[in-house]
Amino acid sequence: MELPWKKYNDTVQMDVDEAQMMRNYGQYIYRKYIFIIVCIIGALLVAGMATTIGPYDIGFFESYSIIIDHIFGNVEDVNKDFVIWNARMPRIVAGVIAGAGLAVAGATMQSTMKNPLADPYTTGISAGASFGATVAITAGFSITGGNYAIVANAFIFSLIPMAVIMMVSTVKHASPTTIILSGLAVMYIFNAMTTVLMLFADSNALAEAFSWQVGTLGLVDWESIPIMFIFTLIGCIALQILAKKLNVLTSGDEGAKSLGIDADKLRLISLLIVSLMAAAIVSFTGIIGFIGLVCPHICRMFIGSDNRFLIPASAAFGAVFLILADLIGRTIIAATVLQVGVVTSFIGGPMLLYLLIKQKKEVW
Amino acid sequence: MELRFEDVDFGYKNQAQVLHKINLTINEPGLTCIIGPNGVGKSTLVKCMNKLLIPNSGKVTLDDREVKDFNLKELSTITSFVPATSMDNFSLNVIDTVLMGRHPYSKIGSEKEDMHIVYGILKSLNITHLAMRNYNELSAGQHQKVSIARGLAQEPRILILDEPTANLDIRHQVKVIELLHDMAHEKGMTIIMISHDLNVAARYADKIIVMSTPGVVYDVGEPHEVITKEMIRYVYGMNCTVVDNEGRPHIILGSALSDEEVYELHRSESSP
Repeated sequence: MELPWKKYNDTVQMDVDEAQMMRNYGQYIYRKYIFIIVCIIGALLVAGMATTIGPYDIGFFESYSIIIDHIFGNVEDVNKDFVIWNARMPRIVAGVIAGAGLAVAGATMQSTMKNPLADPYTTGISAGASFGATVAITAGFSITGGNYAIVANAFIFSLIPMAVIMMVSTVKHASPTTIILSGLAVMYIFNAMTTVLMLFADSNALAEAFSWQVGTLGLVDWESIPIMFIFTLIGCIALQILAKKLNVLTSGDEGAKSLGIDADKLRLISLLIVSLMAAAIVSFTGIIGFIGLVCPHICRMFIGSDNRFLIPASAAFGAVFLILADLIGRTIIAATVLQVGVVTSFIGGPMLLYLLIKQKKEVW
Repeated sequence: MELRFEDVDFGYKNQAQVLHKINLTINEPGLTCIIGPNGVGKSTLVKCMNKLLIPNSGKVTLDDREVKDFNLKELSTITSFVPATSMDNFSLNVIDTVLMGRHPYSKIGSEKEDMHIVYGILKSLNITHLAMRNYNELSAGQHQKVSIARGLAQEPRILILDEPTANLDIRHQVKVIELLHDMAHEKGMTIIMISHDLNVAARYADKIIVMSTPGVVYDVGEPHEVITKEMIRYVYGMNCTVVDNEGRPHIILGSALSDEEVYELHRSESSP
């Protein structure tokens, strides 16, 4: 009879030597870089493809040459140059920035709150921005006036929830739960006020407010891109610098503190960065949901939860995802443009479900 | 390194006081176990050692310098804390988890050396085969070892553990404590751990701190000095027999005292 002990002995793990461990770890890191590079190449290709698709027919390589010609100032075909440079490019560039920024914001929120459901909107950013925009659209009240009335309102109001969270956190302990719950509380208050405003709005204003709330890349022009870009770039760089510290938060607040990191402070700093970044994006695009929630999770399935890699991977993946969603929104029922916020949810939902069912790992 | 508590009082905000006039000195390397019933302030006591909590009055000092005057990073190279473990969302693999312990020392270009240190620690704990596994995939015993490994990666002079043997079966309990005991002696570290298993503490500890209600130190000393049937009766409200087990005290539990008996005992006797 074969004793179970024999089996046990066969499966006893052998020691791994140092060189072997280094090699395994090296390969593990290498795979993460590959994923990031694939996503970046994907973003470039999808962006290129997106410039070619539209009512005016322009080829794939032609698009790139038109862009290069424009940059070097020797425009050959004025019409094509206009279509690419003024009609399609702002949309695509905005897509890259918004996709990257929102996904990074989501990844950071989830890591710092240790909550898979956290995204930039859990802190009430969307609700604040929505209210600000709705005030401008329906009541005509805005902080700055002029062309950027809606944007400025959305930006300012989206920072109010953050201020409230900061206040609650300094009075009470800034635990992740406190932060998420105070964000939710502010969100409900703003949503209620938005609803009241919309009840009294006329139909045109209502349609505009509604379309703003679904999110679109169509409203972004070259003038607004630098602001989005600067906020997003600085935010992403700052979070990348903090990435190693954010990893330490997974060991729990007490664990982090005994590793020399003040968890509460780090959480608030990253939250502030995320809020500014997300606010700068949603003020121009409206509420584009799902990117911040889903993209980081999809990246985690491929490369794990190490923020040093998750942040750049989410940025690249978010960019691909948003441009692709916008492309589909523009073409699927051509002539009518489906708002990108709707498409992200339509693609993102099933995609996440599929990956959840398919993935072999049972842990996150 | 000398860790000293002088008249330390601590109470959480708006709640009853937890620690009362704690006076304590731990100045020799070795394994120190803190024992006492639930809710008596054991975790609070250890959290005062590394600035996770700051006493309301009194002083906690490390080599005569107050712990609250250390900055967190500096303190993290002297003491390390292994909290009671739990599953976490978004866990990393074992190497990355243990590498976190190198955070206080990390600088550009230190990766290779850090990895070398991490390997040495994994090897000493016999868990090199887990190196590439995700933390959340591991069993409770393995979690414990990885958490201890992270604590060791900080190269602390004082390692503090909050119930490192909770959730472990008896074999793993003994293995973890033997490991801590050996490490304390081989590396000349001070290891302070909270334990609920009196017999395991009695068998392996070099020194035992007994805490009793209402958050006071009842006794401090070597196991044979403090593990007595009077102590168990007073502190835990249990009758027992203490026998000798290879030169160490061993407790054979008897009946539990009634609430009235415990009340009477605490009323009539004062702690020594």
